[in-house]
Amino acid sequence: MAEAGNDIRFHEMFHIEGGNFTNAGSISSQVKKILKGAGFSGKVIRRTSIAAFEAEMNVICYANQGNLSLFITPNFLKVVVEDEGIGIPDVNVAMREGYSTANEKIRELGFGAGMGLSNIKKNTDEMILTSEFRQGTHLEFVIYLSGQDKG
Amino acid sequence: MTVSDIVNFFGLKIRTGENQLNGEVTGGYASDLLSDVIAHSRKGNIWVTIQTHPNIVAVAIMKELAGIILTGGREPDSDTLQKAEEEGIPILVSPLFTFELVGRLYQTGISGMGPC
Repeated sequence: MAEAGNDIRFHEMFHIEGGNFTNAGSISSQVKKILKGAGFSGKVIRRTSIAAFEAEMNVICYANQGNLSLFITPNFLKVVVEDEGIGIPDVNVAMREGYSTANEKIRELGFGAGMGLSNIKKNTDEMILTSEFRQGTHLEFVIYLSGQDKG
Repeated sequence: MTVSDIVNFFGLKIRTGENQLNGEVTGGYASDLLSDVIAHSRKGNIWVTIQTHPNIVAVAIMKELAGIILTGGREPDSDTLQKAEEEGIPILVSPLFTFELVGRLYQTGISGMGPC
């Protein structure tokens, strides 16, 4: 039996189109608005939307398409991002700050600093990243709601 | 010091967010790498950059920045203008290059240090 604290109170899935830089950031902006509307603390909103922004940008920069799902439970927020694309040959290497496979176009826009995944790690309490090279990437992160009331 | 004070002091051109200039500026950050700005800028900072595409607005919203100053006379893209206006993010333009503008901002007491 599921514990009451883990019941899903809210779930929404957003589609992300790879290579579409024009609307980049729109999904994480929507996530932020949902969390603001739900009355979460500034810190929870900031951490979640930063991690969602970086995840959204990774799909736009590197994948053909993907979906970002937001789950709200009484105890934590969870975001799941699944994409179809090139994938990551070595997840451990990709997690290193400064490591980047971004092309010139991506870098000219100010992305591809090799900080996205480490920014996600820094702003979340749990993070799981798995990938099938040339198929796609699965990312999940969790932000706890307790003990984060300040800020 | 407010965004409005900075505009007046440095004669910046206001491109968007004319009614959002009363925010208190907590400090400054200068970078053209968006993830770097996301990682290290602080709420209420003024952000100095040469990037002009709409994603700068997304970053400013995300980090609750006081405003964006484009340097070297760069102008925001038309979709950047639209998005910034919708979201109420001030975009200001300076003819000075980043190094010079940041130096002058620092002289007026705007610091890059402070709690995240």
